[in-house]
This record gives sequence, C-alpha cells and structure tokens, in this order.
Amino acid sequence: MPEQTFIVNGERVTVDVEDDVRLLWVLRDLLGITGPKYGCGINVCKACTSHINGKAFNPCAVPVGELADDDEVTTIEGLPGEVAEQQRGAHGLHPMQEAWLERDVVQCGYCQPGQIMAAVALVNRVKAEGRQVTGADLDTIRNICRCGTYTRIREAITDGASRM
Amino acid sequence: MPDSRDLHDPRDAHALEASPYAVDRRRFVGYVLAGATLVAAADLVLADAPPAGAAVPTLPQPAELYDLNDMLTDAARPTANLITVTIDEDGTASFELPRAEVGQGITTSTAMLVAEELDLPVERVRVTLAPARPELLFNQLTGGSNTTISTYTPIRVAAAVARAALLDAAAIVLGDTVAGLVAKGGVITARDGSSVTYGELAVRAAGGAGGRAVEVELKSEAEFTVIGTPTNRVDALAAVTGQKDYTTDLAVPGALPTMVCRAPTLNGTPVAVRNQAQVEAMPGVTHVAQVSTGVAVRAATFGQCIDAVRALDVVWKDGPVAGESDATILRKVRAAQLPMPALPDTPLAQTVSGDFTFWFRSNSPMDTNSAIADVRPDGATIWAGLKSPIVAQQRIAERLGMSQDRVTVNVVTAGGSFGRRLFFDGALEAAEVSQAMGVPVKLMWHRADDARVGRTHPLGTCRVQATVSGSNVLAFNQSLTCVETDFRHGLGEIITAAAADLPAGVGNLGFAETIFALTQEVPYDFGAVTQTLVETDDRFNTGSMRNIYSPDVRVASELVVDKLAAKMKMDPYQFRRRFQRNERLLKVLDTVAQAGEWGRSMPAGTAQGIAIHKEYKGVSACLVEIDTRPATTGRQVRDAVTGPRVTRVTFAIDAGLVINPRGLEAQMQGGINDGIALALTSSLHLRDGHFLEASWDNYFYTRQWNTPPDVRVIVVPSEEKVPGGAGEAGVAATFAAVACAYARATGTMPTEFPINHRTLSFEPKSFVPPIPQSPVNGLELTS
Repeated sequence: MPEQTFIVNGERVTVDVEDDVRLLWVLRDLLGITGPKYGCGINVCKACTSHINGKAFNPCAVPVGELADDDEVTTIEGLPGEVAEQQRGAHGLHPMQEAWLERDVVQCGYCQPGQIMAAVALVNRVKAEGRQVTGADLDTIRNICRCGTYTRIREAITDGASRM
Repeated sequence: MPDSRDLHDPRDAHALEASPYAVDRRRFVGYVLAGATLVAAADLVLADAPPAGAAVPTLPQPAELYDLNDMLTDAARPTANLITVTIDEDGTASFELPRAEVGQGITTSTAMLVAEELDLPVERVRVTLAPARPELLFNQLTGGSNTTISTYTPIRVAAAVARAALLDAAAIVLGDTVAGLVAKGGVITARDGSSVTYGELAVRAAGGAGGRAVEVELKSEAEFTVIGTPTNRVDALAAVTGQKDYTTDLAVPGALPTMVCRAPTLNGTPVAVRNQAQVEAMPGVTHVAQVSTGVAVRAATFGQCIDAVRALDVVWKDGPVAGESDATILRKVRAAQLPMPALPDTPLAQTVSGDFTFWFRSNSPMDTNSAIADVRPDGATIWAGLKSPIVAQQRIAERLGMSQDRVTVNVVTAGGSFGRRLFFDGALEAAEVSQAMGVPVKLMWHRADDARVGRTHPLGTCRVQATVSGSNVLAFNQSLTCVETDFRHGLGEIITAAAADLPAGVGNLGFAETIFALTQEVPYDFGAVTQTLVETDDRFNTGSMRNIYSPDVRVASELVVDKLAAKMKMDPYQFRRRFQRNERLLKVLDTVAQAGEWGRSMPAGTAQGIAIHKEYKGVSACLVEIDTRPATTGRQVRDAVTGPRVTRVTFAIDAGLVINPRGLEAQMQGGINDGIALALTSSLHLRDGHFLEASWDNYFYTRQWNTPPDVRVIVVPSEEKVPGGAGEAGVAATFAAVACAYARATGTMPTEFPINHRTLSFEPKSFVPPIPQSPVNGLELTS
C-alpha cells in the first residue's frame, strides 16, 4: 500500500493508505483526529473545514495522495498553534476560539470546529486586504449550522477579528 | 452516622399521608442510598406542578397508564426508578441525566439546578447522559421541550438531599450544629471558622449499608444565585476545541466504518446483490451484507465505504410510494379533508377564509443517523444519540432475537435532533448489520441517505374559516389534514409504542389526535373555536419536527388574522391586542411592537409582520421585517436560494421561570432561523417515488446569506413560578411573522410554504448509485 506523508498540527505523519482516499477519512478514521466533522462528503456543508498552509480547505474533497510531504494541515485541534503564545486567550486558545467561548456560540457543536476554522481564514483574508470584516463578508460564509447559531457566529467573528 | 431527620413531624403528618413525596411546594422527601460514597436520590416523577399538557400527552388508553403505575409500584427494586446525585471524593458532583443532549443545552441547565441546591460552582458538576434505563418507563423520553418542565423539581430534590447529608456529616466533623454551618462553593464552614470540603465528606456522608429517607426543603426563588443567571454552556470548551465526541467520534474496538447502499425508491428493499465478491475485493472493504434496509458495507475508512456503496450492483424491490410525487400525495391529502361547516356570507355575517399547503420538510440534523453496534451471540452494546432509548433497546432486542436485558444502549451526545432522534433508525440498522456481519460496526448514514430516507415533517393542508360580524369574530374553524406523523416511539418505552402501532394506524391516530389537542389553541377571543386534525397515508418516514403541528397551524391562523384585521380596517398589531385575552401574551406582543418599532415607515417592497404563539407553558411574539425588492431577491449566490431576506427580527418570550437566560436566547435564535427556512426556502421534493434532496445545497435551510443581520431576543420577566419549555418555542411565531410580512410586502398572501417550493433550485443527484462521490478538487478551492 502506498505511504502518504504530510504534516498535521505540527507533526509529520506517514499513513499506509491508497492515495485516492479523501483526507477527511485519513484524519478521522486512521489518525483519530475527529475535530473535522462529516456533514456531506461533497464540499458543501463545510463541517470539515480545516487549514492547509494557512488557508481554509475541505479535506472531504482532497485525495490524500495530492498532499506533499511538507504540506501543513491544521485542524481545530491545532488551531491555537497558528498564533504566538502571547496571542492566545484565557483558555490558551486561538483568539477566535476564545471569542466563541465568550459569546457562547455553540449549541449542538457539531459544525462549530468548521465554523471557527472558516472564520479564522476569512478574517486573515480580509485583514490581508487591509480592511475590516463586513456584513457582506459574513454573508459569504457557506458553513451550515442546522441549530441556527448564525447570529452569535456573526457576533463572535466580529469580536474574534478585533482580537486577532 | 448522623440520625436521619424525623419524618413524622406532626406539622407534616397530613401531607405525608396524602402523598409519599411532596410535603408542600418546597418540602420533599428524597433518599440517601446505600453505598460507599454519598449518593442522594429523588423520584423522577416528583413534581410541584401538573404535567405539561404539551409534553406529556394523555395516553389513548388511561387504563394502561394505571397498569404501568401498578407495575412500577410492584417493581422488585423499589428505588430502581430514582435519579441520583453522587458526591465524589474530588469534591465534584455527578449526575446521570435520563434525557438526550442534542444541542438544546439541558446538560448546562441541569448542572445549574444541581449547583444551585448543592451550593457548588457549576463547573464542578458533571452531567452525563444515562444509558437506557427501562425501569424509568415514561421518564426517559426527550421531547416536547419537556426536559426542564419534568426534571426541575426532582433534580433539585436529589441535590438538596446530598447537601443535607453533607451538612449532617459536617456537623459531626466540625463539632457544630447543622444550623450553625454555612455551605458555599463546595466547602462547609462552622461558626468557629473551621471547615471541611464536600470531597472530604463524600464517604462519611454515604448511606453505608442501609440508606435512608431524608426530608429536604428546596431553596426559595429569592435564594437563587445560579438559577436565572446567564451561564455559558458546560460543553462549549470541548466543542470549540474539537474534543466533544459524537457517535462517529467514538473509538470502539473493531467498530469499522459502515454504510448502507439504499434502493432508488423510498423504502425499497434489496432482492439480490449481483457483484458481492467484486465489492468485497475492493480496497479496505471487509464485509458486504444484505440487510432489510439495503446492502451494508464495512471498510477501513468511510471513503472506501462510499466507493463500495457506489460500486454495488443490487436488484431492488420498489418501495411503497414508487411512482408518487408531491402532486399525487397532495391530491390524496385533499381527498381526505373533512368538509368545513357552511358559514354565512351575508352583509351581517361574512366569512373570511384561507387554504394553505405545507410541503414535506426534513428534520435532518448535521450529525447524520449514526450508531455503533457490537452484537455478539450472547448480547449487544449500542452507542447512539437517542431521545427514546428504552423503546430503542426493546425494539433492538426484538430485532436481534435477544431478551432486553442482553442489550445495553448507551446514549451519546448528538449533533442536533429537531425531532429526528425521537426515532432510532440508525441504531436499529446498525444492530442488524453487526449481527449479519458478526463484527462491530460504526454505521453512518450518508448525507444523501439522511435527507432522502430520513424522517420528514409531513405534507399537509390547513384550512381556516372565520365568521365576522361588524367588529367581532363569531367563529374560527381550523382544519389540518396531513400525511401521518409517526409517533410510534410512544412515550419512550415499548408498551405505549405498541399502543401507537395498533393495526390500521388506529393507535397512532390516537396519539396524533392527543398531541394535536394538547398542543394547539387559537390564542384570541374568536367566539366558537374548533380545531381538527385528520391524518392519512402512513407510507412515509415521518416524525415530529421541531414544534410538530404548531408552525403550520399558527401560520394559517395568523395569516387569516391579518385578513380579519384588514376586513375590519384595523392595524394588525392593534387587532391582535384587541382580541387578546391573555395578559402574558399581551405583554410579549407589546414588547416586540415597541422594541421592534412596529409601524415605522418602510420603503415599498419591504414590510413588517407580527405574530404570537402560546405553547410549552410559555408565550412568545415575533416582529420581523422583510425585504422583497429585486435587488435583494436577485442576489446571486452559487448553488443557493437567496430570495426575500428577513432583515430584522425582534422576538419576545415569557417562558415562565428561566433556568438559563443565555441558553433560552440561543434556542430562540435557532428557532428564528428555522421559522425563516420554513417560510421561505426549505422543503423536500417528492418525484417518482423518492425525495430528490441529497445535499445541504439541495435542501435550503437558512444560510448566512439568508439569516437576519439584526436579531434581538427579549426574555420577558415572568410571574410564573415554574419553568416552561424552550427548545421549540421560537419556531411558530417566527414562521407566522415572516409569512405575514411577506404578504404585506408583496401585497399577495402566500398559500404554499415554503414560498419557493414550486421552483426546483438544484440539479438532482443520481439514485443509482444512491450517494454522490466525494470531489477531488479541494486544493483548487482553498480560501
């Protein structure tokens, strides 16, 4: 069986699996990294949103063989590691996670790792463009939340952006 | 061992004789159970309020209830039906909640109740979910927004018993009297300043070999420091760090990923597999087995399950609705409608009417039907998110040919429910698959399965006729006719479930009628009011969806209320005030009108809508603003429905005594998004015997581009002394207010919901194979 090597949450891993298996299953079923959730498997619901080299992506739509040895995958479990220690908050987490806690965004929580990962990437992108997050930016987020936590998600992203 | 309190205090003799439990509204008897550490218990049926009609329906045959109570009384273990608070040696309290946490926040509110009576910080209370406990009978059903209503008193009694036992033990340790002690933050301090922690007392306060009854007095509302204080969720940290486990996150040894290949028509069944050996040889695949619902595959990863499901070549037998579509089902529903009474239409008495259609809708949550099953020859263990675990255990045992005590059913926190998890379709299927394969399985339904084969809110029609004379409404008739809502989970255990499953739907109809009658009302002074329910067609996979009948019934009512107001040339808000008979409703109505600026000037194509609702021992009102102008409806978002946008929502609720205002607000915010989806965007389309939707980009639940940018939820202070329900209370008034606003903005009253149902806004995915393949272009779509 082919060997797949990449970096996940700062650690280099090698997995024996066919190269067409999507990364989501490699993370969840083989590596036991369960923060990224399954919600559709077709890059629609965005519950598995994670980062690759700092950008948001959906591992349900990436054959593991497409990853290079030095590609850095970050899941919700590794998100605090994307910021320097002094930027982390009271719980030792990424500022966006801290905003999420303070605003008590979560209901069932299933989509929330993906929501947070998408939010961080959105804020990074907007900041790189030298501007503030607008309502129109928030309207572009495709991550679905069936509990309907959208109001608090919007508040938390605005809050989190100010802390990032 | 300290003496137990004297149970025969003459003051209470009469009350004690009258009831074994409730001494007065705040004094109750609980138990310190035998054991090595302190375990305090209360009877789960303790309540200081009559059961909520909305949530504890009267049984169709009261004699059965009586017999079950007899059975309970005669049970071999008289304390088996108790719920317990355990004090651990680390000073924390543990409580196993016999309900399912599905996002509604009951582990948090329950921790708050325990913390309140125990004088312990919320973060030192651990609430877990109890496995199926058949001895609890009716008392392990999560539904009807009933959890807090039914557990508010018993949980506090158990915690208060624990506190009393700790104080008794501390009195001895500290050499003081109980009256001289102060308990705070898990520490008990004596008058001389000496102190001892709960953890240190846990063993000393234990019931030892015997156990004993203890009478306790609950705190008064004036003493509350936790109840009523906005509190963040106890599971939030786990959720935002990816540590919160749902069923498919559990690592059960040997339970490999498993999926089921399903028929191209709804509830079709497999006849034969043409290429079993070929699929068994695919990478990662370990087992292929034909079961009653389809052909199951088990593999090293779910990705390989998807490949295998797609490769299967199966001969199918069509399901019971083969060939049917929305239109044919609607015709059957119309044919089942009862005639409405002939009402006068004269200059003196005129009839105002409405006739509305509500299409099928899905209660599929994010976390699909999933379950882990490890079935061995001599017993089975199941893990799943289950709101009726006792009947699940009984049905699974029946399916496996085992006795009930051989089946352990663990309740796992679930990623949403919306009514879906009242049933246990995934758990039953996982058990069957595990037995067929002879290995443990981690079964997950594909999103396409969950949307197409999962349970739906039934299609139905709702007709309203009101008789108006001058400035009075003399009569209001409302008739709901729909595809049957399946209540075959009963009250959570098999005896009532079997009653609901009597032949020809007679039993289920009894349940449905009961639930309809106990939940629906017309909250206005409209003279002679009648509301009827007719159900027909039991071929679909249906079930309760958040707020069951109320959203449709209230939309029909409130749209006709607006027509009545127009007829009398009255403002919709003033009309609702004038015909209101309930002070609490008047208050929430006035609250939203004021806070939401009712009547403010708005541009053409935008409008306000206002509606009220009364259920779950609470009342609510909603005022929305909608924008139906072309610039808004014409917005282009890839693979989406944009359409009219609700731009502002003001929602007020009096939910009775509120345990956690922050959680209540969250539930209302969620219900608001549900109401918007029901009005504008989300429905299932039945074509040629199968629902078309297979993706969240097919089933248009509210998304960020649909959600209102401005949402304000006001929790109105309540005079009520008991809690009401929260989980579903936000849906009906919002749905109705959006419908009313849409009618006012466009000048046309909508008669079908959601309003976009007639337009199919997506390209349906294939039925053979039944699930779509995962894309491969994810690295081109980074952002």
